[in-house]
Parts: sequence; structure tokens; C-alpha cells
Amino acid sequence: MKKLIIVLGVIYSTFSFGQDTLPSIEKKDTTQLDEVILITQRKLSNYRQEKTLSSIDDYLEKSNRITMIKRGNYAWEPTLSNMTSERLNVTIDGMQIFGACTDKMDPITSYVDVSNLKKVTIASGQEGTENGHCVGGAIDLQLPESKYYDFGLKSSVDLGYETNGNYRTAGLDVEYSGNTFYLNADGIFRKSDNYDAGGNQEVLYSQFQKYNISLQGGYKLSDKHQLDANVIYDKATDVGYPALPMDVSLAEALITSVTHTFKSDSTFIKNWESKLYFNTITHIMDDSQRPDVPIRMDMPGWSDTYGFYSKVKIEENKHNLLFNLNGFYNRSLAEMTMYPNDSNQPLMFMYTWPDIRTLYSGIYAKDTYALSGTSTFSASTRFGFQNNTIGEEVGLESLQIFYPELTDSKNRFLMGVSADYQLKKDNYDFAFGLGYGERAPSVSEGYGFFLFNSFDNFDYIGNPYLNNEKSIETNIKFNYYLKNFKVGIESSYFYIMDYIIGEIDPTLSPMTIGATGVKIYTGIEHASIFDVYLNTSYNFSKTLSFNGTIGYNYGQGSNDEPLPIIRPISYLAEVAYTTSKFNAALQLEGNGNQTRFSSFYGEDETPAYGVLNLNLGNIVNLKSNKMVFKYGVENILDTFYSTYADWNNIPRQGRNFYVNASFVIR
Amino acid sequence: MKLKYILPILFLALFTVSCSDDENDDFTPPTSEVEGLRLIQELDNDTHTIELYNKSGMFYTGYNAVSIRIKDKSTNNYIENATMSWVPMMQMPTMQHSCPNTNPVKASGKNTVYTGTIVYQMTNTDGSGWSLMLDYIIDGVDYMVSDTITVMQNDNQNVSSFMGTDSSRYVVAIIEPENPIIGNNDLVVGVYKMENMMSFPVVENYILTLDPRMPGMGNHTSPNNTNLTFNVADNKYHANLSLTMTGYWVLNLKLMNADDEVIKGEDVTDGNEQSSLYLELEF
Repeated sequence: MKKLIIVLGVIYSTFSFGQDTLPSIEKKDTTQLDEVILITQRKLSNYRQEKTLSSIDDYLEKSNRITMIKRGNYAWEPTLSNMTSERLNVTIDGMQIFGACTDKMDPITSYVDVSNLKKVTIASGQEGTENGHCVGGAIDLQLPESKYYDFGLKSSVDLGYETNGNYRTAGLDVEYSGNTFYLNADGIFRKSDNYDAGGNQEVLYSQFQKYNISLQGGYKLSDKHQLDANVIYDKATDVGYPALPMDVSLAEALITSVTHTFKSDSTFIKNWESKLYFNTITHIMDDSQRPDVPIRMDMPGWSDTYGFYSKVKIEENKHNLLFNLNGFYNRSLAEMTMYPNDSNQPLMFMYTWPDIRTLYSGIYAKDTYALSGTSTFSASTRFGFQNNTIGEEVGLESLQIFYPELTDSKNRFLMGVSADYQLKKDNYDFAFGLGYGERAPSVSEGYGFFLFNSFDNFDYIGNPYLNNEKSIETNIKFNYYLKNFKVGIESSYFYIMDYIIGEIDPTLSPMTIGATGVKIYTGIEHASIFDVYLNTSYNFSKTLSFNGTIGYNYGQGSNDEPLPIIRPISYLAEVAYTTSKFNAALQLEGNGNQTRFSSFYGEDETPAYGVLNLNLGNIVNLKSNKMVFKYGVENILDTFYSTYADWNNIPRQGRNFYVNASFVIR
Repeated sequence: MKLKYILPILFLALFTVSCSDDENDDFTPPTSEVEGLRLIQELDNDTHTIELYNKSGMFYTGYNAVSIRIKDKSTNNYIENATMSWVPMMQMPTMQHSCPNTNPVKASGKNTVYTGTIVYQMTNTDGSGWSLMLDYIIDGVDYMVSDTITVMQNDNQNVSSFMGTDSSRYVVAIIEPENPIIGNNDLVVGVYKMENMMSFPVVENYILTLDPRMPGMGNHTSPNNTNLTFNVADNKYHANLSLTMTGYWVLNLKLMNADDEVIKGEDVTDGNEQSSLYLELEF
């Protein structure tokens, strides 16, 4: 292990010599296949991002490929190409960070807020391996870049109110920017009561409250060198999870990083960014608000991650090279204490994540080569080494119940490669990609101990002997432009080997009272996941446009069972009117009947639905200050519905009037 | 400019440090031969003081491992060459009886300490009723000491005394694990037959089926338990007992003789939550 790190370190060090010797190279624009969601908090955007104070979750949900799994009104879990977090690599500005909840009640996206971020980069499949290994793709939540703009002091205030759930939001942002120094402080507070589903049906335990503060600052050491530091503190309390038997009394994250950036147009290395980071998460599940439970329990979890990355960008002739050397060390610990109904009996305790330490180091390289003015070819690869150690002796002994020969340490070697070709012409563009990738099992999949999944009502046991999950993928994208009309098709196909999923072990007795049985994570031989989207848009005039999307997804395992949480036919249609001071959009969004549901994995059929939304926006300039208003109605017809991704079919919000106001003061 | 040379070294240093292991030096100085044990009681006669020790410093119902030292009152030295036999006795209103036990023998690796075992199958609520009579021979001379002892009721049922279907009385007692872990435990159980009031020989080559349950958790059970089988080497019954969490466990047992006839106990089923033969465990 040490050896590998040292070798990588040496590689790293060698890059640092001779950098000032090469002639300057003109910077070329590289087309990205990735989808980028801009978090345009205080601009008028005409496309599906209607609220200035949308949560990150709302922003993500606007992406075609992303679906949010909802267990309540807060902390939705993103899925990308029908794959959930363990198959994805979700990072905050390249930093690895892992939720501390064994039941996935705290996706990483819940620990940041729109005020912390500039944009979200979504990459499908192996295009997403820049920061780590994945099968399904990557979501990188990117922090704002350094701002040495010398605009002095700027501040803004955001206020929001929504009628459904009496949802209140307030945000404050203060920025100072000089030539060599900048500082940005922001805070945001959100609080919602229980929301109502269609037909004024209150959804109990759907309340939440959170605040998030962040501080980012930077100092320019010289023309080419700068140092940035970022601290995010996020604290959610009193979060209800109507789809689950427990709520969360505390979800707290501290995310810190220090970044050194070297930037130069005249040297061989154009950009060299190195970051050291640390983050810590505390997550406490409790059921004290629930009147009726078979047994009272506490389930706290902790996750600490230390890491670094160092990214080098080199441009040479037609090559555009990117190297990323990174490593992290994570500790995940979760425990469960149950209080027997007979108070004479002692407390019941177990480690559900027995202090799993993950040490990873790896290197990524990508070359984008311009074949001609209109076409590029790019290839990337990532190699990594991962060690998992069970830190808690009690945890090792617990797992030895199932795996008597288990030792406390396991090494894995991981790799991924991808290649893609892009062609851009005036009236059409085309992209085609191929990839192969591997991922290690997640902490729950490898080492979870009686993790209850309320979706299929089974207790899950991890399997440290799981093979790496491997995926062969291909994707294709084609857009055709004809004057004001655009039509595009995008599709991806994943053939996943040793697909990790829980399989029933009928000999085991569930731990959770009322659970149906116990599943052990196993790798089924293979699984296929396919999706295709057809996108069209038409601009009637400069101000009036239409766009529509229809999508189809398919997932099947080698056991001839459909995979769970695969999106049924989905559609979205939007008419938008936009001027520089005003915008309006009417949306129709819905899913078809979920005919291919997976009863084998605990799913039931979700009926078709369609909802109608209206959103409007204004910008008002008052001298040098600016006011942005966003307002509208969601679910205008007050439809009562739930989607395939709603945990235990909890219904979604009914009609909701909202207004967001932002004041930008210079 | 210097920073870019320092950074890689810094990273290296950080990540190599995290790999290193702390090493513990376990150095313990030589100590008394009863280190870690607590005195239960001293039994006196004219010549000697008999010291009884165990880990808790108390006798409880169930299996007791007892350490003994004999101190010569005239020299204050501990005797190293005694042979002993003992008889624990329970005085009931109408009769008296003994219990399963093994006579004290010299503990291996010790000079002055002798160890024996006693399985108290019952006691009075105030701890009274039991007495211990110890015969010992030193250099060919017989000595005797006898006194009442206090045996407290264990909170859990760690011993069971019952009439089997073969009309014999049996005693089943848990011996290990003393400190159960979440995980696989070596379960050791003693099985004795009450031949008469004074004789409790070890029962050989029976089988005890094992089904651990948590009544507080919907009668949850654990996997990979094995049945208790007789081990000739130590005259005890051994099995693997897996415990998935701390708490209150009921070890449901079914005693079967060499011909597979059920002597006592039933299987746990949907309709039968607990066997009539069981032992309890808490940790």
C-alpha cells in the first residue's frame, strides 16, 4: 500500500520539474459530453429551474438522467441512469465525502446548499471517473471559483415562501473581492412543516429544518499561484421521513478544504490544482416523535474523510491532457441501540457499520485530442487501489457470525477506461462513447450488519467477499438542428457483471421486528440497464419557445427479474416565454404506468401521473441594485400522485404557490 | 514557488502516517497467584485458614469455578502439597442434597492455588441453606473444615434442574462464555444426572440442540449455531453460539439421549416461543 502511494508521489513530484521550459500553447475549447447544471441563483433562467432558492435536490431533478428517490421532503437521493449512490461517484468539488446513514437518509447532496455552489457537473458512466471509480456516473457539486474581480463589497438577501408546508427560506450572502484577496460568506435557513399531498392530505413526519453557512476565501500569492480555503457547515434538525419508520434529529456536516492553484498560459502545465480536505458527518436517527413503534431505538452514524487530490492540465499541440492523482481515507461507523419494552432487560446494541476504514489512492489520466476543427477523440483511464479494514474488533466478530473465516482487511484493485468520439457540425452533432469500469462494494454492501430496508421490508447483511462490480457501457448522442427546430436522441446501455443486489437467504432470521426476512448482498451474474431520451425544441420567436422530452428506461437482471427503481416512460413538455426582464413557463411533466415493476425486489406498480406547473420571473433594477422575483404554482391541478421513485409510495406535494425574492446590493 | 515542492511531500507524509500501527507493549510485573480474583470467604479450623476465591467474590447459583488456598496458621505459609475433596450441601426442610462438583486440584502453573468447580442448582432467596465441607490431606494427615456459605440467586437462569422423560433428574448449567461477545462464542455446558442426593455424575454422549432467541426482538435468532455435543477431554458439552447483538438471550435447548430420545425440551416454532428447557444469557 505504502509503496503505491510513494510511487504515485514520485510521479507527482516529477511533474513539478521543468515546467517553465516549454513554449506557450494556445488554449483550445474542449467540448464536454457532460451535462452541467448551472446554479444560477440570481439570474432569470428560462429552462426548468424556476426558483432562485430551489434546493440542490430540485436542481438535480431537472436533469433528464437524474431522478431523486424520495423518503420524505428532504435529503433526496439522486439516481443517475437508474443507478443509486453506491454506483455513482458523488463529490463536492472533487472531494470524496460519504454519508453517515446506513439507510441512505443523508445523500451527500443534502449537506450542501445552492448558496455553496456554482454548478453541478453530471457525467454518465466512465466519463465520471475523474474523481473516483463508478459504474453509473458522477455528480460533482462544484464550489464557486476564485473571484479576484476587485468589485469590492457586494451582498444579497434571498427570501422565499411556499404555501404548501408553510415552507420558509432566508439567505444572506456577503462578498468582498479585491485584486489579491476575496472573501465570501453566506448562510441559508430553511424550515418546512408537514406538506400536503393532492387533495389537502397532510403527509405526517414530512417536516424539516436546516441551516447552512459557508465561508470561502482566497489569496493570490503571485500572478500564477493562489491559495483558497473553504468551510461549509450544514446542520439539519427535526427532519421527518414519512416513508421510513424513523426520523432524523441531527444531520450535521463540516466540510473543509484548502486548495492551491497554479495557473499559467505560458508554461507546459496550464493549470495545476491541489487540494487537501477533511470532512466529518454526524447523523442521528431517532424515533422519539413516532407514537407507535415495536421497539424504541437510536441509530447514530459517523463518517470522517481525509483526502487530497492534485490535478494537472496540460495542453500540447492538439492534445489536451488531464491528470488527477487522488487519495482518501474514510472512517464509517454506525451503531444501533434498542431499548427493550421490558425495562428489566439490558439494552440491545450492535454495530451496523463496524468502523470500516477505506483507504484509496488512484490516478486518472485523460487525453482529448482534436482530430480536426469539428471532431475530437478522447480517452481516459483510472487505476486505483483500495483497502478496507474493519476497525472495530466487535464488528469483525459480528461479521464472523456470517463469515467465520473473515479477516479484518481486504484489498481491491480497481480500473476504468473509456473512449469517446465527438463530431460537431453546423446542423448536427454526434457523440459516441465506450467504456469499461469497476467499482468496489459500498460500506453497506460489504460490511452492513442487519440494515433494515423499508422498501422491500428485509434486513440486509453485507458481504465482504463480493467481487468488484464491472460494467461495459456504450452511449450515443445525436442532435439535429434545422433553423429554429432541434431534435436530439441520447441513449446509453450498461451491461453490468457481478451486479450487486440483495438476495434472500431463507435460513436467516430477521433482526428488525416485523421484517419479512434477511437478504445478503450478492453479485448476480449480470444485469442490463438501458435508457433512451428523445429531446425536441422549437423556437417560435426570440421570446417564445417549446421544448419536450420523452424517455424510456429498461433494467433486467440475469435472474430474469426486472431491476428495481427503473424509471417508466417519462415525458416533459414546456412552453416558455422569455425576455430580459420577465419570463414565464408552463410545464407538463409526468410518467407513464410502471408496467415493468419488480415485485421480486419489493416494488409495486405505480400508476401513471401528470402534473402541471406554472412559473414566472421578473427582474427589477433599482439604481445599481437588483431585485429578482420568481413565483408560480406547482401541481396546479392538485393531483394526488406518487412516482416510482417515492419510497413506499409516499405521495408528492399537492398544489403549491411559491414566491422567491432576491435583493442584490452593491 | 516553494509550495509546489512542499505539497507532495506533505501529502506523502500525511498518508504514510495514517498507515502505521501503534504497538502496544504489554508488560505486567509478576504478581500474587490470586491476582484478579476476589475472596469469597475464609473457612477456619484450628490449624489452617482456607481461602475461597472467584472472580466476583460471591457464590451464585449456576456454575462456579473456585480457587482455593490453604494457609498454615502457625507459619502463615500457603500449603503446596494438599489433596482435597469437598461436599457442598443444601439443607432443605425435609432433606438435604449436594450438587454437581469437581474436587479441587492444583491449578496448572501455580504453587499455592487449587481449583475446583461447584454447580449450585438452587438457593434460598436470602442466600442461606448451603454449607461446604472440605476434607484435605497434607503430608498424610487428614484435616477437615466445614462452614455455612452464602449462595446468591443469579439474575438469569444459568442452571436448570429438571425431571426428564426417563424419570431421572438432570442438572444443566452454562459454563462459558463468561463474557459473551457479539459474534461467535464457544458455548460450554455441563450436563449432570442426579443419581441420588449425593451423586451427580457427568452425563456422556447426549446431545443438546441449541436455538438462541431474543424474546424482546420478536424471537429473533442468529445463524450458524451448532448443537451441543459431548467432549471426552473435558467432560463438557460444546457448541458454537452466535449472538448478533448485546441484550437478553434465551438459549432454548432440547436434551436428547444417545438413542435420540427427547429427555427434555421442545423445538421453538411459531406456536411455541420457548422450550421448557432453556438457559438465559445477558450482556
